Amino acid sequence: MADQPTAFERFTQGVLPENPVYRQLLGLCPTLAVTNSMQGALTMAGAVLFVLLCANVIISLIRDLLKPHLRIVIFTLTIATFVTIVDRFLAAYMYQMSKNLGPYIPLIIVNCIIICRCEVCASKQSPFTAAADAVGQSLGFTLALASIAAVREILGTGMFFGIRVLPEMWPDWVIMVLPPGAFLTFGLLLGAVNWVAARKKTEG
Amino acid sequence: MNDTPNTTEIPQDDTKRAPAIQVGHSPHLSDASFTTRRMMIDVLIALVPVVGMAVYVFQFYAVFQLAVCLTTCLAAEALFTKMRQRPLSLFDFSAAVTGVILGLSLPATAPWYVGVIASVVAIGIGKVIFGGVGMNLFNPAMVGRAFVMIAFAGAMAASGYESLQTGIDAITQATPLNAFKQMGISTPLKDLFLGLTNGSLGETSALACLIGGAYLCIRRTASWEIPAGVIAAVLVMGGLADIFGSSDNWTVIHHLFSGSLLFGAFFIATDPVSSPLTPKGKFIFGAGIGFFIMVLRFFSGYPEGVMFAVLLMNAVTPLINRWTIPRVMGE
Repeated sequence: MADQPTAFERFTQGVLPENPVYRQLLGLCPTLAVTNSMQGALTMAGAVLFVLLCANVIISLIRDLLKPHLRIVIFTLTIATFVTIVDRFLAAYMYQMSKNLGPYIPLIIVNCIIICRCEVCASKQSPFTAAADAVGQSLGFTLALASIAAVREILGTGMFFGIRVLPEMWPDWVIMVLPPGAFLTFGLLLGAVNWVAARKKTEG
Repeated sequence: MNDTPNTTEIPQDDTKRAPAIQVGHSPHLSDASFTTRRMMIDVLIALVPVVGMAVYVFQFYAVFQLAVCLTTCLAAEALFTKMRQRPLSLFDFSAAVTGVILGLSLPATAPWYVGVIASVVAIGIGKVIFGGVGMNLFNPAMVGRAFVMIAFAGAMAASGYESLQTGIDAITQATPLNAFKQMGISTPLKDLFLGLTNGSLGETSALACLIGGAYLCIRRTASWEIPAGVIAAVLVMGGLADIFGSSDNWTVIHHLFSGSLLFGAFFIATDPVSSPLTPKGKFIFGAGIGFFIMVLRFFSGYPEGVMFAVLLMNAVTPLINRWTIPRVMGE
């Protein structure tokens, strides 16, 4: 097998150079749906971290047993196990948040970031590398969700983590909390990221 | 976009590499005097009666709203074109037209930030992001208005139009469409026609819109097919509603003269960039707008539907263009 990236490379790649949202454009459904508040966004990011970490390690442990034509099914079943754990956990201990996030927690099962990482990294590399990869990608995902949610929550409600940061007279931009705000914010931030990347390329 | 028509000349030494047919972006013009600048100045001239009526009815509020939108649109255009490192395009007046139309589509009492944000969104997200004049998919002014309409529902919804603390009679009343929708109160046709009612700044007077619109159509700056399509569709749907419906004190003529229907038909829908190219396509486009206006007025929670109707039809403009490609004789 050709040279695989080391654990450290996997970790750093996931955070910025291969950021799952801004660079790979994966997992956009939760990205757009849950970013109208910081709390929701971070809960979602935590759930993805847990599922991705567990799934990556398990897949990596059983990688020699995988049959090529059955691997996607195995990935999905493994992921579904951990998503169910997260879903029940949230329903038990964070009931309101579980209601707010609604179907988007169960939908992590089909989140393409996780299936992608199982396929690209976990099914080929050691559990340690897979774990580093999972943490890196999750950090990247968290960064992306937090950046979008910060813009949307501050402009849309004048608050940050539910605490008022803009003066009382701030007119709430209701549109930012609604779905169109998600698309606009994501589009503009993605444009900014691409712009910075392009500038870096021409300079370096 | 520059002021010359899109007859790009192929440099001699470059003929081999150049494509066989040069296709510039819209608007496609064949008459060399028909520049963006001339069209935009025409629109500004046509807007004079509408602006005059707005200032007469809403006085200081109209002046203030228009000034805010106009300055912000021009500033945003200058800023964004500079960011894209393009030549300054203020003097083709397209940003000025966007600013005036946007200002005229806002309620008189909207706070200053509504106009500012709407203008920045109109120029930035509505136009420059797509590549500037001639490249935008949607009417920039309506993009800006839709943004603030959803963002500041309180200031922009029907009740936002009413302000009791002023000395100007018009603003203390409900808009005619809302008065009818909420309470079934009809407004006399004469008031609707002359424009002594509440509403967005530019929409109140059907007469002023007709005068300005007629000028635009005669100068062929606006294609007559679009307003004709809008009015035809409204007449058909309003007529059917008159025959089969129950709203006997709000007839098809009320529909025609109320709200921003005529303002939208003549000044907003006729934007040459976001409307179809062929005469047939233009008529379909107009009829679609008229259809959606009536559907939204009858069945939606909003009293008026011109903005969403225009944006919806903007979205299908490429499709209409494809349907109505003229055929070569005999094909």
